[in-house]
Amino acid sequence: MRAGPGRYTRAVGTDRPDPEALLARVKAEEARQRRGKLKIFLGAAAGVGKTYAMLEAVREQKADGVDAVAGYVETHGRAETDALLAGLEILPPKTVDYRGTALREFDLDAALARHPTLILVDELAHTNAPGLRHAKRWQDVVELLDAGINVYTTMNVQHLETLNDIVAKITGVVVRETVPDSVFEQADEVELIDLPPDELLERFKDGKVYIPDQAQEAVKNFFRKGNLIALRELALRRTAERVDAQMRLYMHEHAIGKAWPTAERLLVCISPGPESARLVRAGKRMADRLGAPWVAAYVETPAQLRLPPEVRDRVTQTLRLAEQLGAETVRLPGQKMSEAILAFAHDRNVTKIVVGKPRRRLWTRILIGSIVDALVQGSGDIDIYVISAEREQHGVPPAPVRRRAIPSDWVPYGWAMAVVALATGAAWLTLPFFELANQVMVYLLGIVVVATRYGRGPSLMASILSVAVLDFLFVPPVFTFAVSDVRYLFTFVVMLIVGLVTSSLAARIRMQAEAARQREQRTAALYAMSRELASTRGLEELLKIAVRHISEVFRSQVVVLLPGTGGESLVSSSCGQFTVDSNELGVAKWVHEHHQPAGLGTSTLPGATALYLSLQAPRGPVGVLGIRPADRHALDSPDQLHQLETFSNQTALAIERANLADEAQQAQVRIETERLRNSLLSSVSHDLRTPLATIKGAATTMLDSGSKLDAPTQKELLESVREEADRLNRLVQNLLEMTRLESGALQLRREWHPLEEVVGSALSRLGKELADRRVDTHVPPDLPLVPIDDVLIEQVLVNLLDNAVKYTPASSPIRILATSTDEAVTVEIADHGPGLPRGDEDKVFEKFYRGLPGGRGAGLGLAISQGIVKAHGGHIWAQNLPEGGVAFLFTLPLAGKPPASVPADA
Amino acid sequence: MPDPVVVVIEDEPQIRKFLRATLEGQGYRLFEASTGADGVVEIGSRQPDVVIVDLGLPDMDGLEVIRRVREWTAVPVIVLSARGQERDKVTALDAGADDYMSKPFGAGELLARVRVALRHTAGASHEGDDTVFVVGGLRVDLLHRQVQVDGKEIHLTPIEYRLLTTLVHYAGKVVTHQHLLREVWGPSHTEQAHYARVYMAHLRHKLEVEPARPRYLLTEPGVGYRLAAE
Repeated sequence: MRAGPGRYTRAVGTDRPDPEALLARVKAEEARQRRGKLKIFLGAAAGVGKTYAMLEAVREQKADGVDAVAGYVETHGRAETDALLAGLEILPPKTVDYRGTALREFDLDAALARHPTLILVDELAHTNAPGLRHAKRWQDVVELLDAGINVYTTMNVQHLETLNDIVAKITGVVVRETVPDSVFEQADEVELIDLPPDELLERFKDGKVYIPDQAQEAVKNFFRKGNLIALRELALRRTAERVDAQMRLYMHEHAIGKAWPTAERLLVCISPGPESARLVRAGKRMADRLGAPWVAAYVETPAQLRLPPEVRDRVTQTLRLAEQLGAETVRLPGQKMSEAILAFAHDRNVTKIVVGKPRRRLWTRILIGSIVDALVQGSGDIDIYVISAEREQHGVPPAPVRRRAIPSDWVPYGWAMAVVALATGAAWLTLPFFELANQVMVYLLGIVVVATRYGRGPSLMASILSVAVLDFLFVPPVFTFAVSDVRYLFTFVVMLIVGLVTSSLAARIRMQAEAARQREQRTAALYAMSRELASTRGLEELLKIAVRHISEVFRSQVVVLLPGTGGESLVSSSCGQFTVDSNELGVAKWVHEHHQPAGLGTSTLPGATALYLSLQAPRGPVGVLGIRPADRHALDSPDQLHQLETFSNQTALAIERANLADEAQQAQVRIETERLRNSLLSSVSHDLRTPLATIKGAATTMLDSGSKLDAPTQKELLESVREEADRLNRLVQNLLEMTRLESGALQLRREWHPLEEVVGSALSRLGKELADRRVDTHVPPDLPLVPIDDVLIEQVLVNLLDNAVKYTPASSPIRILATSTDEAVTVEIADHGPGLPRGDEDKVFEKFYRGLPGGRGAGLGLAISQGIVKAHGGHIWAQNLPEGGVAFLFTLPLAGKPPASVPADA
Repeated sequence: MPDPVVVVIEDEPQIRKFLRATLEGQGYRLFEASTGADGVVEIGSRQPDVVIVDLGLPDMDGLEVIRRVREWTAVPVIVLSARGQERDKVTALDAGADDYMSKPFGAGELLARVRVALRHTAGASHEGDDTVFVVGGLRVDLLHRQVQVDGKEIHLTPIEYRLLTTLVHYAGKVVTHQHLLREVWGPSHTEQAHYARVYMAHLRHKLEVEPARPRYLLTEPGVGYRLAAE
């Protein structure tokens, strides 16, 4: 028997939580530590005393010295609640003018600015007045928590998103203000404020429950004992579920128990019908109980592509709801719903499929079969859950009757008629030769042509028209619609059916081709962008490419905002296609700070003219993408949003890559600068001190014992003082020159000079050093004038000659040679010294390079010469000569217009 | 003739000390000022034969000193400045300075400049005496319009001759390109600096043994030319 180590490892692996999950949990824990704590006071209905309980809890905290503030509290004028507020700091509410009414709202910015330890925000499910940052108050609360502020809040169980439809069913009242379950689940504490229904009814009768005037009637119906019992049960059950979930988490964290939940995965099939929202909520509840991830899928069959826009919008909303409830959403392209669902389910290891009960009429079910049957047949080991899909009488309005969209374009119909006319002509011409059956074929051909080219409508028309014309013109008795032979009727029916089937098939193929083409196009567009981004360097260029591609694919104006180099604030990129005004910039800043999309089409700051997405890279957000579609609703579908996210992710990665490259380069530069600074310090301190030492030594010797020294010694000492002073002077000159070069302060004062003159002044400046040297100068008399800064080029010549003197044996000759072409003059300075070490020909131009260890000079001369020659647009290089020694060569381009020729004189 | 008087305006005491030691050792009488304002007063009261001014003074620009002094006297002014400040030198020369020295300079150079300055003051008072200029092997006879190098007669074109005589007139002193152009080609040609350079090259080829290592016609890069005087 073999028991390989592999098997052993695998066995261990299944018993333990995997390290990735542990790490994720640790990270989540850390994030939780920084986040504020959320406590929800949950009640079954209004009037159970949530606000009261919350205020009492706060007073206790306050008594313990916690910095607590009432952010927003509705006391509804109840005296005992008001009394509890006394002594608490209350943030003034923000007044928002909405259609002439002043609405009091929670002031989020004031709360963030005040930044207390604990804040009270009543009524978590509240919908904010338009114009505020967030559509919902729970979003305000999430932002407070993100800012590290603890929050106490209240809500009724009916406001929980997933219980929404159940509550509606029990009470008959639809609650529109909902809170996502995720917010509820992330609450650190949930305190259930429980009041038996009888007592609550008592309070209600006593008028102790606040009811807005306009809802008086509805609320009276709501406050019935049956309702209250049901709601109370819901609240208790939901709280119990939470406790259960906490326990499971505890077990998970402490690795108690061996049986981890099996890898369940739930798939909810969404249909275009209005009942899908219910299906989604039911799916969410199931997934929660199973502790399983879930997917909401919508199959886009060709038929559904033709649904009216309202219905497609509803699908979008349903998918968005699912996304908010934590589902992954997908749109599956497919011919048949069941096939697409099953293929996806097998692909993703789905274990349970949730579908709505079909609402097809009995006879269609018998004829075509239902999706459920097809699913059950093909499901294999996947469980299928069928949930009753009764129409909701409330909530989303029922789908309007499908209208055939009026074709905006009549041209295809014209073509259809033309094709029929053509077919008629052809049939007419061939009438003497063919039988009627052949004429039918001619018409069918016409129908097929129309179907493939112009789609369903025109081909339908072509079919009917063809039958009519055939009957009128060719079927005896001709020129009437009457038919003499009953057999022709059969011909017509078959022809019509063939025409219809053909047109529907052709139309479907066209539709699929169109869908495939769109997908293909997007994939290609994404590929094109990534490829172009990958082959580009430099942030500016990358941004330009990203903006161009995204704008093309989404038919929008696009802008990329990047954080400024110094602080956190965003600056507009130079390649934006629209300008971001200060309002919009506020939206973008919010997005950048909270890493969530906002603006157009979202529930945060929806008043903005563009949608803003945070550009998320692995190391954090790198900027914000603003997109302003030509059609306001173009980006509403989750599909489009996913697509946009893919593009923005690519962009973010590219920006991060550019940033990293930039940082790496800066680090390199820093290291280089540091290295240079060090060598400069050591080199300069050495080179400054050596001559100073000589000067000081000679001077002190002369002072102390000048009279005892003989004349030649005295002279020698003084000579050395002078030499060392000259050396110091050259060093300082070079240092200054280097500084000017590097600070960019060097300004060329170019004039047209005879090179000979510049060579001459360099030679006279080095008069003393060159005294015992033979210098062979070959400057042809016909050498053109060169456009140079004579002072700087003289410096180059002095440096090169000085080098030659320094590194070659005394009295060895030096050669200066100038040659010219049409473009440039080349100057060569060659010596007969030992030459450069092999491979050092380029290094000599580096700063602080020294030919020999302990060589004299700071190693600046050649670097400066290179800087000056480059500033002139020329280049400089060194080469060892075959006959020994080294030649330094530099070119001076003859750029610019030569000066007017000098008038000759007789 | 009494000892020539030199006024030095320089804020660095070490440099003043060096100038004093060098010049007094050669029989000059020296008066020092460490600020521009004091210097102007000193020039007014001492009636010097030569003034030496540092361009960087603590209270005012050396240029300002030159401008003020030029309002009432033609005394030769020698400017002290650092190498790399060619533009400042040209500005100073345009403002009325006669010559300049780049720091650091040696005693020999200092004395030569002062001598040239004194000679030109003396020359101005005895106009017309010197009709023959001689330096090394170069001999220029202004009266007979003859130029000889090492005894050989050299033929010059009219412009070359004019260029040479202009330099002879200011022998030992720096002459800026502008100045040369104005004197030789006339005031409308002051932008054509390359005229002067091209003719100077011609002149060197005729007068110098090694035109690329001139002995007489020296270049002051970025400023102008100087005809060696000794």
